[in-house]
Amino acid sequence: MKARQRGSQKEIKFHSMAIECLVLGAGQQVGKSCVVVSMNGKRIMFDCGMDMAYHDHRRHPDFSRISEYGDFDKALTCIVITHFHLDHIGALPYFTEVCGYRGPIYMTYPTKALAPSMLEDYRKVMVERRGEEEQFTSEHIVECMKKVIAVDVKQTVQVDKDLMIRAYYAGHVLGAAMFYTKVGDSAIVYTGDYNMTPDRHLGAAQIDRLQLDLLITESTYATTIRDSKYGREAEFLKAVHKCVLGGGKVLIPTFALGRAQELCILLEDYWERMNLKIPIYFSSGLTMQANMYYKMLISWTSQKVKETYSTRNAFDFKHVLNFDRSMISAPGPCVLFATPGWISGGFSLEVFKQWAPSEMNLITLPGYCAAGTIGHKLMSGKPSKIDLDKDTQLDVRCQIHQLSFSPHTDAKGIMDLVKFLSPKHVILVHGEKPKMATLKGRIYSELGIRCDDPANNETVCIPSTHHVEVGASNTFIRSSLNPNFNFSKMSSEDESDSRLKDGKFMPWLQVKDERAAEGILVEEKGKRAKIVHLDEFLLMLGEKKHDIRFAYCFPINTDNLEDTKSTDVSSSSNALSVSGRSSWLPMLYIKLSDELSGGNIQYFGEQIQVESFSVSLCLKDRCPYRIVDSPPNKCEAVFFCCAWSIADEKLAWKIISILENRNYGTL
Amino acid sequence: MQTCLSKGGGFHFPPCHVLNVCGFRILFDCPLDLSALTIFSPVPTGYRAVVDEKDSDCQPYSTLDSDCVTWKRQKIGKPLDANDLICAVPWYKIVKYLHLWNVSFIDVVLISSPMGMLGLPFLTRIKGFSAKIYATEVTARLGQLMMEDLVSMHMEFRQFYGPEGSTFPRWMEEEELDLRPSALREVVLGKDGAELGGWMPLYSAADVKHCLQKVQTLRYAEEVCYNGKLVIKAFSSGLEIGTCNWSINGPKRDIAFISSSIFVPAHAMSFDYHALQGKDIVLYSDLSSLDTMEGIEDGYSFLTTDSFSTLSWEESAQSLLNTSEHLEEREKLYYLCSCAADSLKASGSVLIPINRLGTFIQLLEQISASLESSSLKVPIYVISSVAEELLAYTNVIPEWLCKERQEKLFSGEPLFAHVELIKDNKLHVFPTVHSPKLLINWQEPCIVFCPHWCLRLGPVVHLLHRWSGDPNSLLVLESGHDAQLALLPFQPMEMKVLQCSFLSGIKLPKILPLLNVLQPKITLLPEDLRQKVRFTNVNPFSVFHYSENKTLIIPSLKDSSELEIATDLAFQFQWRNLKHENMNITRLKGELHVAHGKHWLHSGNKPSKSNSSKSRPLLHWGTPDLETLLSILSKMGINASVEQGVGVEGSKKACIVHVHDPKKALIEIGDTGTVISAVDENLASLIFEAMDSILDGI
Repeated sequence: MKARQRGSQKEIKFHSMAIECLVLGAGQQVGKSCVVVSMNGKRIMFDCGMDMAYHDHRRHPDFSRISEYGDFDKALTCIVITHFHLDHIGALPYFTEVCGYRGPIYMTYPTKALAPSMLEDYRKVMVERRGEEEQFTSEHIVECMKKVIAVDVKQTVQVDKDLMIRAYYAGHVLGAAMFYTKVGDSAIVYTGDYNMTPDRHLGAAQIDRLQLDLLITESTYATTIRDSKYGREAEFLKAVHKCVLGGGKVLIPTFALGRAQELCILLEDYWERMNLKIPIYFSSGLTMQANMYYKMLISWTSQKVKETYSTRNAFDFKHVLNFDRSMISAPGPCVLFATPGWISGGFSLEVFKQWAPSEMNLITLPGYCAAGTIGHKLMSGKPSKIDLDKDTQLDVRCQIHQLSFSPHTDAKGIMDLVKFLSPKHVILVHGEKPKMATLKGRIYSELGIRCDDPANNETVCIPSTHHVEVGASNTFIRSSLNPNFNFSKMSSEDESDSRLKDGKFMPWLQVKDERAAEGILVEEKGKRAKIVHLDEFLLMLGEKKHDIRFAYCFPINTDNLEDTKSTDVSSSSNALSVSGRSSWLPMLYIKLSDELSGGNIQYFGEQIQVESFSVSLCLKDRCPYRIVDSPPNKCEAVFFCCAWSIADEKLAWKIISILENRNYGTL
Repeated sequence: MQTCLSKGGGFHFPPCHVLNVCGFRILFDCPLDLSALTIFSPVPTGYRAVVDEKDSDCQPYSTLDSDCVTWKRQKIGKPLDANDLICAVPWYKIVKYLHLWNVSFIDVVLISSPMGMLGLPFLTRIKGFSAKIYATEVTARLGQLMMEDLVSMHMEFRQFYGPEGSTFPRWMEEEELDLRPSALREVVLGKDGAELGGWMPLYSAADVKHCLQKVQTLRYAEEVCYNGKLVIKAFSSGLEIGTCNWSINGPKRDIAFISSSIFVPAHAMSFDYHALQGKDIVLYSDLSSLDTMEGIEDGYSFLTTDSFSTLSWEESAQSLLNTSEHLEEREKLYYLCSCAADSLKASGSVLIPINRLGTFIQLLEQISASLESSSLKVPIYVISSVAEELLAYTNVIPEWLCKERQEKLFSGEPLFAHVELIKDNKLHVFPTVHSPKLLINWQEPCIVFCPHWCLRLGPVVHLLHRWSGDPNSLLVLESGHDAQLALLPFQPMEMKVLQCSFLSGIKLPKILPLLNVLQPKITLLPEDLRQKVRFTNVNPFSVFHYSENKTLIIPSLKDSSELEIATDLAFQFQWRNLKHENMNITRLKGELHVAHGKHWLHSGNKPSKSNSSKSRPLLHWGTPDLETLLSILSKMGINASVEQGVGVEGSKKACIVHVHDPKKALIEIGDTGTVISAVDENLASLIFEAMDSILDGI
């Protein structure tokens, strides 16, 4: 009989899906970044790095956890690479060419342009110098890069109908990006490595305020607050300057792209400022050709460098000359950039042999050198002798300067980013375990955001946001956006104290905009759910409204009233009854105003209205709503008729009880 | 609502529209009609200056004696000659109907191309103009360079004629205009005489700077949200580097604005039409097919959708990308190069006042390559105040170029050949014709690229004066403009003139396949295309035709907006199932927000008063059944009796139900409502529940 179900959920479905985050690399460690995120049926791999500390299978992420049978095309929707560093891209050619992933790969233009050279340099060192079995060939790199789709910062890329990605400038190295990823209502950001402060050649990371379920951030410097990169750059420049002033030679072993240009732009700028005439050389492996990449990608550098493009592109190095082998033993100071980095062989090794024995000279080393290279040996302590091979030993007397300006954000930067984005959840990767734990605690205690720091091969599940999409009628939208002013008067009793509360005069009439969207959500079979305004609803149904109201007619004993009134009012009994009656309503109004705190009481002459409740004098002899038994003497009672609707049920009965209280003596 | 302010004319003068979206007024492009500059006389050079000055209009007329008037009147009917041109500092003509609009009511300005930006400083310097301006990063930069170049070329006039008076120039006065030949008068006044108000004295360099500060620049496919309601994105149109089409998503309708677009351009990123798929409305504003049609004698056969209705979506998409037009453009460039080579071999120079960046860069590459192959050692000069910056700029924007050029980035080669040409000293770039370096360097024969295509401004004027008498020299002009009028001040012209048209948009046969792929619900096409592109009844979309200065009302497609309900709010829903209809309903209350082009409903800050089971329906409908009511009441322990027919005047009678037990109450059931009267709150509440159960309610 009661054909009504309450609380049932019909066509509108609520997905209670989660975002699943599988950390394949850089979990509680620095090295081989790789995180696979599943959200709303899409699976995205962020970074595909290699761990250069290992030489066995451990250098690659454990890809078998993505797909047991190696069907990676089905298992992954796409791969996103944040920047060209090997710990973020090193395993990519292996994954695409050896493991056979053929789906789309996204990275920024500079990353796509510079990555092949990075990969090739690494491959050469591994294979040619160390005689390792190669994991991928040069052709593999070329083939792999063909699958890459280059993206611009802020460009909204629709990977498929549901998956959208967008790159944001990350600062770390040329072309480094954070990636915003959105599927349906769920959204995450994966930062890769980033830098929150600008430096000499790159800008600071920049991102919009986004609604995020999850932020996956690097945490290299999870607990350190570092001085600016400027300081450490200045140290490097000072060391170089000191060396050349003393007539020494500076050897900077680097690979063709990346560090070479980065350091060279520093030196160029410094040479200019200090008016130095000492030559800066590029060895033959470092052709000017390589600088061409940087020249074309100048819009990805810092504002200051960027602005130079028209007058003189900052990567058109003015002081740089080509180096000839015969100059190795030529006298006089100079600065030489030589390949390969890490002094793993080739020309940089040749020069090193010549220059290392003199204490006047300087060798700079990057923050990382692969194990087994001369660079690696130089980094561990300060050896005075180095074994070149089993027969030859070399005296190392030169100075060694280790470059320490790896452009990562510090703890403050991470906290700033987390606070700025205010995601619902944070996952830390790419850091050292104890420091990450500290940062995790800070994020939870200071920002109140849940935070995880999973180890490699662990999965973290976090809930994701969903919205229910429905239609909404114009009337509903309009009425919801219209201001809904609510005027309320201060009730008289607290007038005296509160109006002057805090020395401030509170206005007697207060106006509030109580805008609220109220409507009815209608769901019909086969149609999209739609919200309509109350007024439209019945029209839509084609039904007539059936108004249910309440009514109540009750007497008020006016004996006391008569006494107080008789002096003021004229003596004619007939007139008395009429004029007397007309003054009763205002009296009720005063009484109500006194006793009913809050509420918007309005007096319209014929009736008093509070919300939907109205009361007026009942002049009928037999009112149908006069349910209460009349007092015996009709002359002494005046009847009042009330009406209200269900919304004000409580209020109505309260007012009635106030009015029925017949103590009018105080009036 | 859509209003086309101007159909424009050709590549350099794109159309201009005003569109009303979600209550916001959007202006698309704000170009200048630079072809109108041809009514002015170029700055005289050398000897000619002295001769011309006697007749020039800048000399104050002492009296306007009748002889002079009759003499001038006789000229009206005759063909124009150089003396008819206005000798004064030129004014510039903006879009004809724009000055009739109150610019302070414009909310958003979308700039699709550098050409569509040239009139913008006129808007931004108006007090009360407060619209948000969007353009791609490259459009803004190239537009800025073009405007700066315009200002610097204009300086030459200022220097010659002296500072302008702030008043109305003489040539605009009615008596003066009456004396001008009719062709000239038409340029000034327009066909309907309404265009006089569109003439403006040129903006200053400061105006340009101020204007650029107001432009918010975008990357391709970058999202911006205007006022929470409109999500605006720019997608490449392929016409030039950085030019774009627009996608505007609002809560009620999604719109695609298509400016002149090229599917497979040789330099710029190609036309990204996929991004414009599935919009509700396509405003088709590529009018380039109208310009080129006039020159074609055989005309196009009428196209109908019949031929395409059988085409699948994929076939349509495929037909858009055929490379024939790409090859055609290459052919043109080859031909141009061979003509240039002929002139050079005859010791003539080649003057190319083509300012289209893409054409200019490609020609530069082609010509230098053909010089190389024919081992002609001839210098190439580029003379313009912004040339150096322009050439440098094109080489640092790989993200904005076509796939082939991007490949050059990935292989580490310069994006355009001019980088190497400059390095090898084959290409020389100078800011002006009188730069000292140019004078030292100058060699003839040579090839010169310089502005301005209207032949009234810039280095081209000087070089034309120099070479116009040389029959071996060659002038390359873009067709589509009145060459006769343009060359008037340089008569007699001995120089060879080659007029060339370049692809400037979507060709007529591709319009239908494109719309087929885009699948909009409504297409807005220019009236002029009504006869050229015919649709059959089987169209999946409706077509409206717009014409200049007429407002088109676009019908609303949806009667509802999209709205997203937060999950926590959705979980509070208390569904009711309606008896008769197959329908579930629930009351909902929350806070409505507008963000990112969507409406969002969140549960407000205040906890809703009664989200427990206590919430009661506030609205009822249906007809109550008395017997059911009585039986429900009796189940509740309420005894009642019915008193029928108290109805007044025999109409539908209200019936009254009396309740005596447990307490007194009365239920008056009428046609449109029920009144419950009970002695106390409890009983009233119970009766309400009974009523509620026999009616539908929410």
